[in-house]
Formats: sequence, structure tokens, C-alpha cells
Amino acid sequence: MNALKNIIRDLFRYPSAVFGMSIILFLLGVAVYALVTIPYSEAVRLWRGGEDVWYQNPKYAAPAWFNTFSKIKRPVSFRVNTLDESMSKTVTSADQDISSVEMVYVFDYTYDTPPQEMNLYFTTKYDKKLPFVSIIWYTPDGREIKIANIALENKVTYRFSQDLKLQKSLKTEQVMKALFLDPESETPTVVKGQYKVEIIGATFEAGSTIDAEFVFHGDLYGLAGTDKYRRDLFLPLLYGTPIALAFGLLAALGTALLTMVIAAVGTWYGGWVDELIQRITEVNLVLPFLSILIMVGTFYSRSIWLMLGITILLSIFGGSIKTYRAIFLQSKEASYIEAARAYGASSSRIIFMYLIPRMIPLLIPTLVSSVPGFVFLEASLAVLGLGDPVLPTWGKVINDAFTDGALYRGLYYWVLEPAILLMFTGLGFAILGFALDRIFNPRLRDV
Amino acid sequence: MATESPTLSAESSSIPKKSLADSTLVRMAKYMSIRILTMMVTVVIGVYLTILIANMGGYVDTIMRNEIRDSTTQSILANPNYRGLTPEAKQKLIQDKIASQEARLGLDQPFVLRSMRYLVNGLTLNLGRALYMTSDHGSKEVRLILLERLPATLLLTGTTGMILFFGSIFFALSLSRNYGSWIDKAIIALSPTSSAPAWFYGIFLILIFAAILKVLPFGGLVDSPPPTNSFDYGLNVLKHLILPASAVIISSIFLSIYNWRTFFLIFSSEDYVEVAKAKGLPPRDIESRYILRPTLPTIITNFALLVIGLWTGFTITETVFVWPGLGITLFRAIGAYDTPVIVGSTIIYAYLLAATVFLLDFVYALVDPRVKVGGGN
Repeated sequence: MNALKNIIRDLFRYPSAVFGMSIILFLLGVAVYALVTIPYSEAVRLWRGGEDVWYQNPKYAAPAWFNTFSKIKRPVSFRVNTLDESMSKTVTSADQDISSVEMVYVFDYTYDTPPQEMNLYFTTKYDKKLPFVSIIWYTPDGREIKIANIALENKVTYRFSQDLKLQKSLKTEQVMKALFLDPESETPTVVKGQYKVEIIGATFEAGSTIDAEFVFHGDLYGLAGTDKYRRDLFLPLLYGTPIALAFGLLAALGTALLTMVIAAVGTWYGGWVDELIQRITEVNLVLPFLSILIMVGTFYSRSIWLMLGITILLSIFGGSIKTYRAIFLQSKEASYIEAARAYGASSSRIIFMYLIPRMIPLLIPTLVSSVPGFVFLEASLAVLGLGDPVLPTWGKVINDAFTDGALYRGLYYWVLEPAILLMFTGLGFAILGFALDRIFNPRLRDV
Repeated sequence: MATESPTLSAESSSIPKKSLADSTLVRMAKYMSIRILTMMVTVVIGVYLTILIANMGGYVDTIMRNEIRDSTTQSILANPNYRGLTPEAKQKLIQDKIASQEARLGLDQPFVLRSMRYLVNGLTLNLGRALYMTSDHGSKEVRLILLERLPATLLLTGTTGMILFFGSIFFALSLSRNYGSWIDKAIIALSPTSSAPAWFYGIFLILIFAAILKVLPFGGLVDSPPPTNSFDYGLNVLKHLILPASAVIISSIFLSIYNWRTFFLIFSSEDYVEVAKAKGLPPRDIESRYILRPTLPTIITNFALLVIGLWTGFTITETVFVWPGLGITLFRAIGAYDTPVIVGSTIIYAYLLAATVFLLDFVYALVDPRVKVGGGN
């Protein structure tokens, strides 16, 4: 207990260690938050979800805070719905069967470019007679544009840009430009001010209803932006944290502890056990680590937990086994071990109660320093396309971005966000590991 | 005292010198042959393990069966002698031929025997034919596909390895001379950045120099079409080498310098260095005689570790930079499920690693006096 207190006191003398620890604590906080707010199965469902889950988001949208740093303000996405009353809806009944429904949404548009797309999602209830709506668009400069008249079946999606009739009546294929740009101006300028979308509908039966969702796909979305499949990148960035930490910590812990136990067993029993362990270490050196992981991923399963297992298995017989062996060989001759032997302690008792505990202080810096390597290994596998197929991870985001040529296309946020998170995680553990190394290795303290 | 000691040492060294040279040679030969033997055994076991892993899914068997079926069907359908046969008779003939071919290749034998055959084929670099991939010259021989990629990999690993190794030792020596300076502190502060792998820095380098500044290419080995003039070709390759090589170097240079500097600092506080300093020897002599010489075995071991790290760590960097080396070939083979290429390149890696380890062992034996004289302990 006292030793631990001393270590912590020593740690606080290194500002870099404090910095590293705060990064790790922050990441742990994020990981706990992610696991509490989004259950595992829900995260998988969202990440694997297609258009049905993510239809409200634009494709390839940069984060919304880009506008703060950019001169040209690009439109931010939003959605409003009559069901949650974010879009107004008034129903007036003329007689028993026929009612008219008016749905209006007014919004300020102060951006410099037109949006990607606007969609209306209608949900209706009726028995036999289809409800009917007409959509009208009001611009700030007083133009009134008739968009469409549609009879609504159960569920209808209306996409402004893809309506051929509307394209014809506007005399252009670029509907968004026609709706947002100033027709008088020679250079394309957006008319800024209040826009209004008005939906006037009619139902022809008692109990028949119309509801609408207005989805506005801007160029920017949310805190982290979106990818090719309209997925909110905040999900993998958030949920990648517990996965990265779990992989890194479990792999580091598993490798370090098992290596130590194997080294201790080998040195304690000596003879052929020791010889075998040394030969295995040599074979393991020749085995191409990454190729084997790649083969396992290609042939069997890309599950992250299988990868974790194989990683640990292949890392146990690494170079550190020789270092541990050298130290164990010395401590094996120590008098307290002799004393233990004299009172008849069993081999396993000596190994686990006397030999290994003495090594724990040496283990800690190695353990902490090896975490970044494993975190990056998981990302590397994902970058090679061998990431877990169902889990949202940072490496997977980088892989998606690369396959889609994000860097060629200037979608830098897509690559940079997960990369920066990876870097922070790596740095946090590496810095702490460095400080711990200096504390536990007094030889390094002066230099 | 002063006159005695040289004669004493001359005597003691001149008498056993001849026998020492003999025994040294014998020991060296013995040492080297043991090493070759153990390395061979290690490679054999390593390759066999790889074959086992690649076979557990039944992939190699399936490949061979497919290959037999394809080739026999083709040969029978193309053979004019069989043109008169009915389709049923042809089918029967094909089935018979396939069965005999499988028997010839041992596919009807138990797996243990077959895996041995695979092992021998693999070790003799008889790697078979690729399923889908072809070399640039159109060959489907796995050996040719891989040999064609080797120069590009060696160019990248060789360049970065040399720069990293000699650069960091040189820099570390000068840092250890004036430690505590601001450069020294900066290196210490920067060393945790080496926790990220090369491809990771590669992303940033591509982003800055290729995407934003547009001064260097995104990836590849040469422009397409490549320059015809061989001088321009070389320049063009160098231009493409800058980013991947920088990525590899950036990802490990700081930690490498830090480690060497710490190591040299520990050695330069030894008593004999203090004595040399007190004698007034020039710093360069102290470095080469009293610091570098005793640390040589460690330097060489580290060089071995570095080279091994370079062999294994390049798949992803090559993939990110579309560098046409062994690594990206492996990656593409995985994408195409081209197992013969995967197994083949694994075997080449194993050989390269073993050769590296062996070569460094040899050098180690040359440098380390304990190995030469006493056999070491």
C-alpha cells in the first residue's frame, strides 16, 4: 500500500505523467459513457443499419462546427416532424368526412451554398380513399413555387431533386439551385432569409390522417459528420473508445501476465521445459505475426475477440520472455526462495506467491507502454479490411474513408477524426509508460 | 612495473596464439553450423505451422482439387482425339482422370503425409501457381509474382533501415555529449510519438503533401506512364519513395534516438570512460574506443531487431502508399482469396527473417570476443 502511494506521489512529479493519466481517465470516462448510453447490440444495429436507420442524414457531411472556421457558410442538416410537433400541423374539418390538413415549416437560411437535398416523408392512415397533398415553396424574395401534387399511399417519400415533373417546370435538373439561388443574379448567390415549405393536404375519410417529416440534407451534420452510408460518425468515434481500450488493455495485460508466468515456470523447472520455451520463442520470431493474423482473419473469422486471442497467443513468446528469464534466474537463487523451499512450499506456490509478485513493479511500465501498440494493431487490421465486420471502431472508419478515396476527394474530417483519437490514446499510454519506466528504473532517472 | 607489464602481456599472448587461432576457427565453424541447423529447424517448424494454419480451412486442398479439375477438363475438351466421344463418355473420362491425378498428388492420402509434401514444396520454393493474380509479365507462377515484388520492398526497407539506424546512432552520440540541452529535451518529449505505426504517419503525410500541397504523389512506385530514360526513372522512383520512407522514419526515429542516447549515457558514465577523459583523449577517440566498441554487440542486436521489425511491419504501409512490394501483394492476395500467394509470401518472409537472423548472428560472432575466444556463456 505504501509502495503504491510512493509510486503515485512520484508520478505526480512528472507533468507528462499527469497529462498521460488525464488522457487515459478521459478516455475511460468516454468509454463508460458510450457503454452506458448505447448498449452493445444497439451500437451494432446502428452501425450495420442502412438507409432505413440513417435516412435523416446527408452523405459525406462534414461536422457542423466547420462553419465556425470557414468563410463560406455551408448549410447544416436538420429534420422536423409533425409527430413530435417540431413542424406545425393544423387540421380543419369541413364536414364529417373531409378535413384539410395544413403543415408548415418556416426556417431561416443564412448559408452561402444550396443544400444537398430535401425530402418529405409522409405517413398516412386511411381506409379506402387516398389522402392528397400539394407542396408549395416560398422564397424570401416573395416567389411562390408549386412543387408537387401527390396522392399518398401508406408511406410516401418525396425527393425534391428527383422529381422529373418539378425539374421540367423549373427548367433545370438542379432543383436545389433553382429553389435557393437568386434567379436575377448573374453569379450564383443564395437568397438569404426565411424560407417556407407549406403542405396543404386533404383527407376524405373519418379517422384518416397525414403526417409529414421534412428532412433537410445540408453539407454539414452533427459533431462528427457522416460517411458514405449517411451514418453519423459520432457513433463509431464514441463507441470505438471502449473497443480500442478493451483490445489494448486486454492484449497488453494478457500478454504481459502470461509471458511472465511462462518465463517463471520455465526458469523454475529448468531443463527441457526451459529449453522448449526458448525454442518456441525462436520459432515465433520467424513466424510472420501480421501474416498469420491476416490469414486467420481471411480464413476463419474477423471477430475482434478471436483476433485478440491470436494476438496474445503470438505475442506471449516475444523478446521480453528472455528479459524476464534473466531476472528470474537471479531471483531463483535468492535466500527467501531457499527458505520457502526449506519449509516445503510447492513449486506452484513458489512461482505464484514468491517469484512473480516480486516482478510486478517491473511489469507495470512494460504493460502500460505496450497498450498503444495493441490499440494501433487493431486499427491496422481494420485498415487492411480485417476489422470486426459488426463493430464500429476507429480503424474501420479509416478503412471506409480510404476505400472511398476520402483524401483524394478532400473529405479530410473523415480520416482525421479517428486518426486524432487514435493518436491521443496512443500518446496517453506511451507518455505514462515513459514516466513509469523512469520511476521503476532508477538507472534512467538521472539521464 | 612499467617495463614489466608489456613483456608479460606479450609473452602470455604470443605463446597460446597459434592454438587459439585454430580453436577459434573450429569454434566458429561449430558455432555457425549449430546456428544454421537451429535456424533451419526453426524455419521448417515456422513454415509447417503456417501451412497448418492455411490448411485448417481446407483451402489448399480445395485449391489443388480445383486446379486438377480445371486442367484435366481443359486438356480433355481441347484434345482432338476425344472429339468423337459422347458428353457422358467425356464426363466419365474427366472424372477418371481427376481421380488418378488426385491420387498422383496424394490428395487421397491422410493430411499428415500431404502436409509434409506441402512443406517440402514450400521450402524448395516450389510455390505453385496463383489462383487469380499474375505478375507484371503475365506469369501465374507464385515464385515469379513474389520475386518481382522483392526489389520494391527492399528499396523501401533498405533505405529507411539504413537512415534510421545510422541516423539515430549518430544523433544519439552527439546528444549524449551534451545532454540536457533543448534538443535533448525535445527528443525526450517526442519519443512517445513512436507508439504510432508508420502507416498512421503516412496518412498525415499524404494529407499534407499529396492532398493539400500537391507536391508529392499519393502513392505508387513510378508515374504512369513511367519515364523511358533510366535516370528520370530513378528520380521518379525517388520522388515516390519520399513519403513512405518519411512515414517509416518519423514513426520510429525519436524513440530510437532516445533509446540510444540513454544507452550511451549509461555507458559513458563508466569508470574507464572517466579515466580516458582524465587522460585528455579527444572526444572522438573516447567515443569510438570506449563507448562504441563495448556497445557494439548491443548495437548489432538492435540492428537485427530493427531489420526484423522492418520486414514484418510493412504490409500496411505499402498498402496505404500503394507501394508495389511484397506487403501489398500479400494484401491483394488476401482480397482475392489467392491462398498460394498468401502462403508463398509467408514462406518468403520466413526465409528473409531467418536469413537476417543468421547473418546478424554471424556478424555478432565476429564482433563479440566472448563468442570468438571462450565460446561464450
